Amino acid sequence: MATSGATNYFRFLRQALHVATEGGWLFYTWMFVLTAVSLVGANAWAFQVRDGMIRTNMTDHVSWGLYIANFTFCVGLAAGGVMMVIPAYLYRDQEMHDVTIIGEIVAIAAIVMCTLSVIVDLGRPDRLWHMIPGLGKFNWPISMLTWDMIVLNVYLVINLHVVGYLLYTRFRGRTPNPIWYVPFIFVSIFWAISIHTVTAFLYCGLGGRPFWNTALLAPRFLASAFVSGPAFILLVMRVVRVGSDLPMHPGPARLLVQIIRVASVVNLLMLISELFTIFYTGAGHAASARYLYFGEDGHRALVPWIWSAISLNLVGTALFFTPAALRRGTTRVIACLLVLVGIWIEKGIGLIVPGFVPSTLHELIEYVPSVTEWKITAGIWAFGLLVLTVMLKVTIAVFTQEMKLPSHAAAER
Amino acid sequence: MTERRAIELPVVGEVTRRTVMKAGAATLGLAAWATALRPLVEWADDQNVDDFLQKHYRELTPSELQDVLNRLTDDARRETGRPVVIRDHKPLPGVVFAYALNLSICIGCRRCAEACHRENNHDRATHQSYIRVFEMQKGGIDFERGTADYHHPVRAKDKYYMPVQCQQCENPPCVKACPIEATWQEEDGIVVVDYNWCIGCRYCEAACPYHARRFNWEKPRVPAEEINIQQSYLSNRIRPQGVMEKCHFCLHRTREGRLPACLEACPTGARVFGNILDPQSEIRWVLENKRVFVLKEELGTKPRFYYFFDK
Repeated sequence: MATSGATNYFRFLRQALHVATEGGWLFYTWMFVLTAVSLVGANAWAFQVRDGMIRTNMTDHVSWGLYIANFTFCVGLAAGGVMMVIPAYLYRDQEMHDVTIIGEIVAIAAIVMCTLSVIVDLGRPDRLWHMIPGLGKFNWPISMLTWDMIVLNVYLVINLHVVGYLLYTRFRGRTPNPIWYVPFIFVSIFWAISIHTVTAFLYCGLGGRPFWNTALLAPRFLASAFVSGPAFILLVMRVVRVGSDLPMHPGPARLLVQIIRVASVVNLLMLISELFTIFYTGAGHAASARYLYFGEDGHRALVPWIWSAISLNLVGTALFFTPAALRRGTTRVIACLLVLVGIWIEKGIGLIVPGFVPSTLHELIEYVPSVTEWKITAGIWAFGLLVLTVMLKVTIAVFTQEMKLPSHAAAER
Repeated sequence: MTERRAIELPVVGEVTRRTVMKAGAATLGLAAWATALRPLVEWADDQNVDDFLQKHYRELTPSELQDVLNRLTDDARRETGRPVVIRDHKPLPGVVFAYALNLSICIGCRRCAEACHRENNHDRATHQSYIRVFEMQKGGIDFERGTADYHHPVRAKDKYYMPVQCQQCENPPCVKACPIEATWQEEDGIVVVDYNWCIGCRYCEAACPYHARRFNWEKPRVPAEEINIQQSYLSNRIRPQGVMEKCHFCLHRTREGRLPACLEACPTGARVFGNILDPQSEIRWVLENKRVFVLKEELGTKPRFYYFFDK
């Protein structure tokens, strides 16, 4: 009797669990710290559910804050993974082909963070089932939020399928059958664009918020996603290269740097275009931008944030243009970190909060995140990194054949 | 080697010891998660299954709706010790409500906001109200030069006053935004919220161009003796924590043929309310004879709340 598929899959899961919990002291410390921060976040969230959103610093004037800001950034991170897939599959870059799975894993972890960021922003998470089509009432196609929910969840499923399929077939010592994953890869290319476009539509579709109500928002989202996504992947690839036996060729990283160079210039160009339109025209529509960049009537909470973001982005971009960025080394790592923090501010707090300041009736009420909000956001990042680490461990183990189906089981097939 | 073996039980070899440690860590981890999430248990004690499973307001059959009203009434009576009555008021046929406000005679006393606060059982500590009154600079209708934060005797020189509440748009952006149809427009034009269906995502609050929507950042608190016990499902019953609310044109009054609380409280008669489908109504007379305007007309929301100047 041949070993059944279920038994093999169980073997895969058991070995994956084993691999994911094995490592040196550095690994255990890393996992311990991430778990601890996740716990702090979970605890803060539990208090927020019990006592109400009053534990945040959001108000009826600034009704979205750090959570939605972080959500927006994470959508970009998820979409950015596709920048490995396009060269690998459209341009048949073989070296990139071997490492696209890293981009897909980053996308999965990022979508997990997106989902958590939205759930913690809900006043009534217990009523989440109202959003399940068929069971609740799903206001599709009218509400952009329903579109966003669909595209994010489908993107998650596509990536889970591709990653799961590739890992499991390799685990069984077989060659993946292109029919079972290549079509999904091509769908995922369009889908990655769609998740960030639809997320931009959430904001730019609101006529009452002039700061967001610009057709340039979706293209800008994409351009910055194609900086932040590859930058994050470059960091992950470095960790993999230093911390495991999986070989990382220099080619894919160089290509990612080239992509960042182009995307960051496009991003900067669109920012300039946006700023010109806002400030040269002037008038009431410039109020949010004035508040963001220069402060208004003595309210300056976001000014240090946005200028930090601009400095980080400019220095990071400049570093990416140095020849050193094409080589392995500290310059590249620093450049990645700079643009990641810069874009996190620019596309997070710097995008969401000015949409609400001044309010639709021009009241200037400022917002600074509360301790609860910081704790929960840190917890989401820690949990996301936890998911990422576990998936990376399993992937490395499968690719280095540390994890494989025992030969007797494989022979029986 | 032999010494170590002597200390350990025979079955605990190198590999199993690691497994035992992992199992221990996993147990500790689970315990830590349970502890971290304990506030959720305290919160869950206050919830009940009927609330959790309740269907959308518009999906309820008449008898189910009656059960819901009974349950909510019982809960409210138990919590407050007052003879609260929660009813359901349906739109009247042949009626579409509209509001008009005479800016020439509004004196900015904010009695309308106060009346709303009491009528609708708003949270006392935050002094919540569906109405914000702006002190505006004469010479334009520019909110950038207005403020809702004024503390001096009214009327002030060179100022006029502009109360703003839900504009009950014919084309409401908030309704479009809601992902779960927890807010919708009724036959008589009033945009309502099902407080028992809303998930509190606040997308509608971002979508509203008039700052008309309010979120319950915590459970509203009203001293028992101050509670308005005449309540309605879609209007002034005390809202749960974590859901949206908004002005509903006092539908528990207006659908009974009475006037909104803000209008009754107005000492100058600046407010005009009525059925625009009725040719004899005062609101129709105002719309036909005064040069009325609406806020942010360019957004295409088509408000049913009109402003006008008399002189």
